[in-house]
Amino acid sequence: MSPPSTYSCRGRNVPANFLDRLRAIVLSFFLIAAFAVPALAGPFEDAVAKFANDEFSDTDEAIGLIASSGNALAFPIISALQDGRLSADPESKRVFVTGADGKIVDAATGAAVASLPAGASAVRLNNRLRRAVEAALGSLTLLSPDPAKRIAAAQQVFKSHDEAALPVIDGALAKETNKAAKSAFAEARAAILLYKSDASDAEKLESIAIIKARGDQEALALLTGLGSDAPPLVAQAASSAIAAIQSNLALWSMVQNAWYGLSLGSVLLLAAIGLAITFGVMGVINMAHGEMVMIGAYTTFVVQEVIRTSYPGLFDYSLLMAVPLAFLVAGALGVVIERSIIRFLYGRPLETLLATWGLSLVLQQAVRTAFGPTNREVGNPSWMSGAFELGQITITYNRLWILCFTLAVFAILLAMLRYTALGLEMRAVTQNRRMAASMGIATSRVDALTFGLGSGIAGIAGVALSQIDNVSPNLGQSYIIDSFMVVVFGGVGNLWGTLVGAFTLGIANKFLEPVAGAVLGKIAILVLIILFIQKRPRGLFALKGRAIEA
Amino acid sequence: MTPHVLTRSLDRSATVFLLIVAGLGVLIPLSNLLLPSGSMFQVPTYLVALFGKYVCYAILALSIDLIWGYCGILSLGHGAFFALGGYAMGMYLMRQIGSRGVYGNPVLPDFMVFLNYPELPWYWYGFDMFWFAALMVLVVPGLLAFCFGWLAFRSRVTGVYLSIITQAMTYALLLAFFRNDFGFGGNNGLTDFKDILGFNVQADGTRAALFILSCLALIVAFLICRAVVTSKLGKVLIAIRDAESRTRFLGYRVESYKLFVFTLSACMAGVAGALYVPQVGIINPGEFAPGNSIEAVIWVAVGGRGTLIGAALGAIVVNYAKTVFTSGPLAPYWLFMLGALFILVTLLLPKGIIGTFNAWYEPWSAKRLNAESAAREDGISEPKPAE
Amino acid sequence: MLTQLTHDIATLSRRRWLAATAGLVLGLAAFTNAKAADDTIKVGVLHSLSGTMAISETTLKDTVLFLIDEQNKKGGILGKKLEAVVVDPASNWPLFAEKARELITKNKVSVVFGCWTSVSRKSVLPVFKELNSILFYPVQYEGEESERNVFYTGAAPNQQAIPAVDYLMKDEKVKRWVLAGTDYVYPRTTNKILEAYLKSKGVKQEDIMINYTPFGHSDWQTIVADIKKFGSAGKKTAVVSTINGDANVPFYKELGNQGIKATDIPVVAFSVGEEELAGIDTKPLLGHLAAWNYFQSIKDPANEKFIKAWQAYTKNPKRVTNDPMEAHVIGFEMWVKAVEKVKSTDADKVIDALPGIEAKNLTGGTSKMLPNHHITKPVFIGEIKANGQFDVVWKTPGLVAGDAWSKELDGSKDLIGDWVGKKCGNYNTKTNKCGGQGS
Repeated sequence: MSPPSTYSCRGRNVPANFLDRLRAIVLSFFLIAAFAVPALAGPFEDAVAKFANDEFSDTDEAIGLIASSGNALAFPIISALQDGRLSADPESKRVFVTGADGKIVDAATGAAVASLPAGASAVRLNNRLRRAVEAALGSLTLLSPDPAKRIAAAQQVFKSHDEAALPVIDGALAKETNKAAKSAFAEARAAILLYKSDASDAEKLESIAIIKARGDQEALALLTGLGSDAPPLVAQAASSAIAAIQSNLALWSMVQNAWYGLSLGSVLLLAAIGLAITFGVMGVINMAHGEMVMIGAYTTFVVQEVIRTSYPGLFDYSLLMAVPLAFLVAGALGVVIERSIIRFLYGRPLETLLATWGLSLVLQQAVRTAFGPTNREVGNPSWMSGAFELGQITITYNRLWILCFTLAVFAILLAMLRYTALGLEMRAVTQNRRMAASMGIATSRVDALTFGLGSGIAGIAGVALSQIDNVSPNLGQSYIIDSFMVVVFGGVGNLWGTLVGAFTLGIANKFLEPVAGAVLGKIAILVLIILFIQKRPRGLFALKGRAIEA
Repeated sequence: MTPHVLTRSLDRSATVFLLIVAGLGVLIPLSNLLLPSGSMFQVPTYLVALFGKYVCYAILALSIDLIWGYCGILSLGHGAFFALGGYAMGMYLMRQIGSRGVYGNPVLPDFMVFLNYPELPWYWYGFDMFWFAALMVLVVPGLLAFCFGWLAFRSRVTGVYLSIITQAMTYALLLAFFRNDFGFGGNNGLTDFKDILGFNVQADGTRAALFILSCLALIVAFLICRAVVTSKLGKVLIAIRDAESRTRFLGYRVESYKLFVFTLSACMAGVAGALYVPQVGIINPGEFAPGNSIEAVIWVAVGGRGTLIGAALGAIVVNYAKTVFTSGPLAPYWLFMLGALFILVTLLLPKGIIGTFNAWYEPWSAKRLNAESAAREDGISEPKPAE
Repeated sequence: MLTQLTHDIATLSRRRWLAATAGLVLGLAAFTNAKAADDTIKVGVLHSLSGTMAISETTLKDTVLFLIDEQNKKGGILGKKLEAVVVDPASNWPLFAEKARELITKNKVSVVFGCWTSVSRKSVLPVFKELNSILFYPVQYEGEESERNVFYTGAAPNQQAIPAVDYLMKDEKVKRWVLAGTDYVYPRTTNKILEAYLKSKGVKQEDIMINYTPFGHSDWQTIVADIKKFGSAGKKTAVVSTINGDANVPFYKELGNQGIKATDIPVVAFSVGEEELAGIDTKPLLGHLAAWNYFQSIKDPANEKFIKAWQAYTKNPKRVTNDPMEAHVIGFEMWVKAVEKVKSTDADKVIDALPGIEAKNLTGGTSKMLPNHHITKPVFIGEIKANGQFDVVWKTPGLVAGDAWSKELDGSKDLIGDWVGKKCGNYNTKTNKCGGQGS
């Protein structure tokens, strides 16, 4: 932090430094609460007008002045600023708050306004200001009735460990009944005491114990940030706490790698599972498989586009709608491809490779022509965004949902093959085509449906992959090689092999990555696959019986 | 012995093919060098370079046809051998730049200077000598193919499994060569060549000479392939292609045959790569891309698998089509045409151009051919690709 | 009749085969040489329209076509209309060289606008030198090059990377740095330059983390977690990203999901522009930074006019503009001015005329072609806004001259490019000789 400098405004000194300002905000709120000093109208209006200057330094000052003004409008103004709902007219120097409900009020007076003037534009923020706004709002919400907000505010204080918040924290801690909030406040208090210059060694040691118990990255950051100029006893306790946290985190990082591996494995499985049907079950080397995935992703894009323009309220359900649609679109395309191309090439797996490679070129270019060559935006619905903490690891919702989704797709597919008539027919045709035909199974119909099923599942994979990857015409190509590796590694013709193969490769990759780096890790995996195939030429779970000598 | 092999391996169409290659190999450079530039009939230098590239691709296609068409090994990673041969030649060409690089370092290539290499990595030693580089062009791809084949064929990895792991091999090499730490120039590869054997690579004469050399290499490669496929060894290869287990039960060591032909094919691909690099002026990891290898297989399929001539023809036809389609108003749609070409060829011409031509032409001329070939001691008809 | 034909072919004697071959060659040559039309000036467009780079380069092809269209509306140059010759090098580097050769030799173009990746430029370089033509290269790149036949209208490292790092150091008080990039020459060189620069500013080795990933890397979980860990050492941390186009979307998605906000660990990117953001939901990325020489959001009459005309030309009111497009706009105007100045499209004359030519850029300044064939450009730092545009938070006071050779690298610190006085691209100021550090 730079040494505090001060700006002067109407004879009143306003601290410019962010920490000082935070202190001022908290203190002034206390003063206001305690003595009910009436707010002065003049400086507040002046401060609000500063937003109209379109200068970051002026906005900075304005935030400080307004937050410390105690005016009832301060909270709505600053939260509007954070959400980009605060606009200013540079000519008249008037500033407006657009409420979440669309109502517009004059920020300085609180009077309702019919519409924004033509010249008004949103007040701009940069990262520094955004931090100031967050801090201001954070300390304003320390006493919020909502426990979740209190906890978030306490976390904010934990990070900033600002001494000025200590009285509020102490007060809040005494009253707090919510257990989680109470420990959050205790941690915040410990963080402040640890950095408070006049706190006693005993207090600091106690703080270190609390922070050590927290044991996460931020605790580590706080302790390492303490530096070496602390009293020897404290420094010693801190370094032993650091060591303890680090060894704990190292253990957790193993768990984290395993989770990352599962998550990568689920992506691989999802991409490969359709191929396991077309390639593994039918023996068709479908090089256009990746393009089916891409078409699923573009279906998601179209669904979201329609929802965005026509039914914005349904956005969170867009993926649920896209899944069946993607299945239908890609599946129907698969049936068309099977009827028009693949069926002439049965028994000639290498020719299908060439034809489907040509097809993949055509499909890619078709999508490029129709949707443009650039990435298309597919948004994450709210339930797919963000993360939660499990112990010391972060689990992102989108990865978690994709894992669940993949397993669900796998289970449904398995059940379908096992328990439905179509599944029975598929297995029959795969095992012995002529026998199946003589039992009265319409083999060509089954072929078309099987290929459609494989393609449809690839389409579903596209829906999920659109959540973590680019939606571009090249989407499919990046997965095709990995998918083939998974299927071959697991053993052609065996869905369980594909499952085990995908998760093995995913986890192995993620444990190699921290050691060898992303590129070498991937090379190592490929070499391992090559060597593995030498050991087991038919993959992990080889089909037994005569069928293999094809 | 040699004349015997030659006469045995040359049937009528092979002779015609060789004569055309030789004719083009002489006429194109002559037209380019002797006729005044701008003349109606002068072949411009850029076309010489372009045709040179096609000829290199034709050699690559031949090498693939040798193993796929006659031994049933579908390699989806043959581009790797091509690229390795290219890198060996590229390293020689880089060393020839000497102090003419942008940083003027007499030993280190430019990319090593800006990546702060203190000295030349050991695996670059010797590449300043042409004979060593030329040896490496054969040895490196051959050795890789030998090791890979030894592992794979011994464990009886066949069919799609083999295809997929060849793909894994080229993909792993692609990733490795992309790494700047690997010492081969990373994504930028090797470029900005100046001299080959003391001749300026950009001079018309050098280009013409390289073109002639490429045609010569194509002829030699073709003769080798013909010699192999028409020999007793070739018959065993075809037997392996059509019924591997049966051949093994007959007492042949299938893996040795496969290993030999795979290694030979890799060396040929390496030579193709080595000739390719000075003519296009760059070698970079993109050549390892699995897509490139798949495309090379497609050339063979388009021309006609198991016909050798077809492979060479397919490489030239597809690449010429690519050149034509990627220019002018059709440029945005060329992938449609290329894709459609692949689909239509597999659907309508399952035996490729030459195979279809033969199938349609042979019955018609069978009478006459019979009469002619009766005079020959060893008339082997074109093997029909088994499915 | 067909059978008759095949019969003819089959019975041709060897001599006739030879004659037929000769005829084929000559015919082919005649066919390819036949095109010649002198009533227009031809402009080559060498951008990939298919393959992996189509995602970035297709827009630039449209930009050149748009510029040619605009110029023709004004009556062309020297009384002649301009004619675009578009080819598709298909993201295939040897094909770039082949197409460049075709454009220059067969289509006889006067100038080529093209290339995006460094390797494509390296691939066509020998062709342009050999055939003596002109290439305008519009993308920010790693520097370390100054060629007589190439004009670099994108940013050199000193016009993008170093100002961005300066901003983070001064304004955000960043003390710890993650240099994350795709493993190819541009990130390698940029990071090398930045590392040397940061160390010269007193940043310690343990406060710099360098990470490289392959092209198209899509699983960022481990790396983002590493960044988070690196950033929790008690010092303000920032990420300098030279991650290449395609890999950015999953990277930013992972950042957003793992909850790394710009207020905690800002990411400044050198390869993420308006086009790339068009494919991402930018709300979680609010406040992350990019450094460019142009942003669509910059308020300037020239820019607004350009955007309007561009959107009208593409018939898409949402079509965005970006930095490499502006580079083509500047390059094109410079070329037009140079041609008009020497009243010829002859490559030698135009190459000699170009240094010193000035052209208005779209951000209110005037860029100038320098003797090292780079141009002067302003540098802007923009923050990502929720609507996929950038909000300029900082800019250099004036225009920055592009350095062909980086001052921070040992191999090149004494080198300059000067095609006016010294007629040399790698002139060594220590030894006063042309040709690198050589003796």
